[in-house]
Amino acid sequence: MALALSGCNRRQSTFATFGEEAAAIDHLALVMTIGAVAVAIGVAALMIWAMRARPGALSLRGGERLILIAGGLLPVLLLLVLLGYSLPVMRPRAVAPADMRIDVTGEQFWWRVGYAPPGGNPVTTANEIRVPVGRTVLFRLRGADVIHSFWIPGLAGKMDMIPGRTNELVVRAVRPGLFRGQCTEFCGLSHALMAFDVVAMEPDAFERWLASQRQPAAATAPATAHVGAALFSRYGCGGCHTVRGTGQDGAIGPDLTHVGGRRTIAAGALPNGEEAIAHFIRYPARTKPGVRMPAFPHMSEADAHAIARYLGDLR
Amino acid sequence: MIDGLHQRIRALHVTLWTLIVPPATWASHFLFSYLWAAVHCAKTGHFADEPAVFWTGTGLAAIVIVASGWIALVQARKPGDHPPHNEGTEIDRLRFLAYATLLLAGLSVVGVAFTALPVLFIDNCR
Ligand code: HEC
Ligand SMILES: [Cu+2]
Repeated sequence: MALALSGCNRRQSTFATFGEEAAAIDHLALVMTIGAVAVAIGVAALMIWAMRARPGALSLRGGERLILIAGGLLPVLLLLVLLGYSLPVMRPRAVAPADMRIDVTGEQFWWRVGYAPPGGNPVTTANEIRVPVGRTVLFRLRGADVIHSFWIPGLAGKMDMIPGRTNELVVRAVRPGLFRGQCTEFCGLSHALMAFDVVAMEPDAFERWLASQRQPAAATAPATAHVGAALFSRYGCGGCHTVRGTGQDGAIGPDLTHVGGRRTIAAGALPNGEEAIAHFIRYPARTKPGVRMPAFPHMSEADAHAIARYLGDLR
Repeated sequence: MIDGLHQRIRALHVTLWTLIVPPATWASHFLFSYLWAAVHCAKTGHFADEPAVFWTGTGLAAIVIVASGWIALVQARKPGDHPPHNEGTEIDRLRFLAYATLLLAGLSVVGVAFTALPVLFIDNCR
């Protein structure tokens, strides 16, 4: 069954793991299921035996002994074994000061992401998380407005993001690939549309990617070549969004410095592309009900596309 | 000496209150464990290397439960009234309550042990 289920979805499944923590959970679930099935079969067998036994098949003493052993000692021993097996699995791996830290804040209905590499400058992005394969990563999880929950099923267990608290989750990816995470605590109208892409990369590629994310947009895209840049500024998008290197430094919405390099936009709600961005920026609530970005219905189709082309070039 | 103790124990007045001593101790230990871990982690930022306070509390809980279990065992073994009698007697009541207390004490010891295991196995604030 595990195979059949994981066949449905290899990108977001607790059965298709790419991290050590999720693999341990997967294994634990298997062991627990076998244990539960064994207990159920044992109890059912006893029950059938009890219903068929003729009266007096057990002496009073014998009956008491059966209850003591099958009803008391055996369950305690079995639970002890399962507990002794599961508790060490729940123990988080150790984190060294040199390990990568990634700060993720859940906001209605998107993810603010900050990489804090040891000894390097922090890097801010949004709605996409990349992790180096074979390295320990510490996620520091926070909630900005209401409680959200951070879950990358293939990587590790889920962890709540609670305003005013920092919860920590330690993971290690073991297999590169493209995966998906999802908010798993109902947080408002667009809760179901609050997802993110997860990319597990070889450490070298990860370092290169991180270095490119650290660059301001101006270094990668010739802002002057774009009418879109001017429109972005004119429509006041910079009041909420940052595009590093262009003087646009709003911090209310997602950092758009390298938005063109993401696979999806609006927290996994739409595939990235000129058409999708142009549509989203004019009528964001049509894609995400309750979204915290205002609509721009007066914006002309042409302006929307110019901005979308500009944003698409920010890689 | 043990005989004298047995006599004294059998003379104890048993009520429903004595019955809930083991599970109440278990519940208190449960609360204590959570509070201890939360306060310790919040104050020091890391898990205790030598959780002396925790093991003292756990030992105390175990002692209370085992003691009340032993008292219950002694009481449950008190000889019943001679027949014939048609209704429950004082001693029947005592023996019933004592036996129930004994079973609850057994359960509570297991409960306290299972509650304490994470400190041994997880010892982590994350
Ligand atoms: C009042 C603040 C605000 C203003 C003004 C604003 N936005 Fe947004 N924007 C947001 C928020 C909040 C989100 C996150 C929406 C979500 O996914 O829930 C967002 C999301 C986006 C996204 C998707 C980002 C991603 O990482 O996928 C794009 C693109 C975008 N905005 C472009 C624009 C443009 C272009 C303008 C100007 C025309 C603009 N925004 C004006 C707040 C704002
Ligand atoms: Cu959410």
